[in-house]
Amino acid sequence: MNFLPLWRYQNQLIDGAIVTLELTVISALAGLVIGIAGAVALKGRITPLRWLVRGYIELFRNTPSLIQIFIVFFVLPNFGLKLPAFEAAAVALSLYFGAYSVEIIRAGLDSIPRSQVEAGQCLGLSGWQVFRHIILPPALRNAYPAVTSQFVLLLLGTSLASQVAADELFHVAGFIESRTYRSFEVYAVICAVYFAMAMSFKALFAVIGLAAFRWPRRR
Amino acid sequence: MRSFSLIDFVSLFAALRWTVALVVLALAFGAPLALGLALGRISRFAGLRWAMAACIQVIQSVPLLGLLFFFYFGMPVFLGIQVPALVAVTVAYTLYTAAFLGEIWRGGLEAVKQAQWEAGACLGLSAWQQFRHIIAPQALRLSLPPTVGFLVQLIKGTSLASILGFVELARAGQVVSAATFQPLLTYALVAAIYFALCLPLTLWSRSLEARLDGSR
Repeated sequence: MNFLPLWRYQNQLIDGAIVTLELTVISALAGLVIGIAGAVALKGRITPLRWLVRGYIELFRNTPSLIQIFIVFFVLPNFGLKLPAFEAAAVALSLYFGAYSVEIIRAGLDSIPRSQVEAGQCLGLSGWQVFRHIILPPALRNAYPAVTSQFVLLLLGTSLASQVAADELFHVAGFIESRTYRSFEVYAVICAVYFAMAMSFKALFAVIGLAAFRWPRRR
Repeated sequence: MRSFSLIDFVSLFAALRWTVALVVLALAFGAPLALGLALGRISRFAGLRWAMAACIQVIQSVPLLGLLFFFYFGMPVFLGIQVPALVAVTVAYTLYTAAFLGEIWRGGLEAVKQAQWEAGACLGLSAWQQFRHIIAPQALRLSLPPTVGFLVQLIKGTSLASILGFVELARAGQVVSAATFQPLLTYALVAAIYFALCLPLTLWSRSLEARLDGSR
């Protein structure tokens, strides 16, 4: 075991980690937009749209993310949509994260008892005010733990983008391995970097959660 | 280059047995380990609780792909001998399964009220009898839906073994796709097979959850 040959590749590691973070954040933001839109559609009255969203959720939650990335990268060019590796991975991961987000956000909205909405209406609040002040804050608090743990899973899942040669951290590992032949050491270091990133996000989310959702819990 | 034929279709289904084998191996070794982790997490001894929590935390904070590579290249380093790839992959999937199932089952065990243990103790049951006859049946019922849900994650996760050269469903898809130049047909078929495996489990998990909710 010898970690020294890896030392000179620290810049590549940092670059890879940055691309991983970019991929994670872009996919998470796009996925959350899909999630909110999907949850609104599921709550809406247009039946075909509800079916469409349900079909989307089941399709993306019941097939491997790796295959989804392959399909976006290898199959879409047949339809004239040729995406570079990073973009293809971002599209696939956004759709994957989105499918989980829809369910999380819908569950968050569903967790508000109907009576609280009615109580707000009795106080003469408008539809928007009811949503903004009565539904949204507790819905956010209820959805927050699930969204953040899904975010960490997304961060770890971006490693699959290496399989279409997007320049993220795991792909950098392959590069360093091919230069140094120190396979075990390289992947041990890479795992440690992912671990550090995942733990940092968990700590960050815990602090944000404590600061943002301070009002007392109902027992 | 050749066209997509019955042979390709058969080879995809033949590769499915490796997907199933990996799932079975992961569960066979991972489930007992998960039970140990879950029991350790609710143990009286703080040191044990901490150690188990740390193990789970580490495994859950590393990509599954990273675990696979770590053990694939690491097993010879740890043991000093070459091991078959299947052993290394099994170790990685076992730890992955143990960490996630362990955390799910801990949740199930903790959801059973403390008074239930005490009631068992009052009846003169030993700690093991309390667990076996009072806590475990209730915890099992509570944790069955997320356990089935994790099974779906595990089936999808076996696709990563393709990256280490295992010819399971995903890898067979790559091979067929490269041979036939029909990525659309091949990957759609591969996705459809995974979907056909996972959807029934997802629906089962959901119906279990709904039934549990009604019985409250």
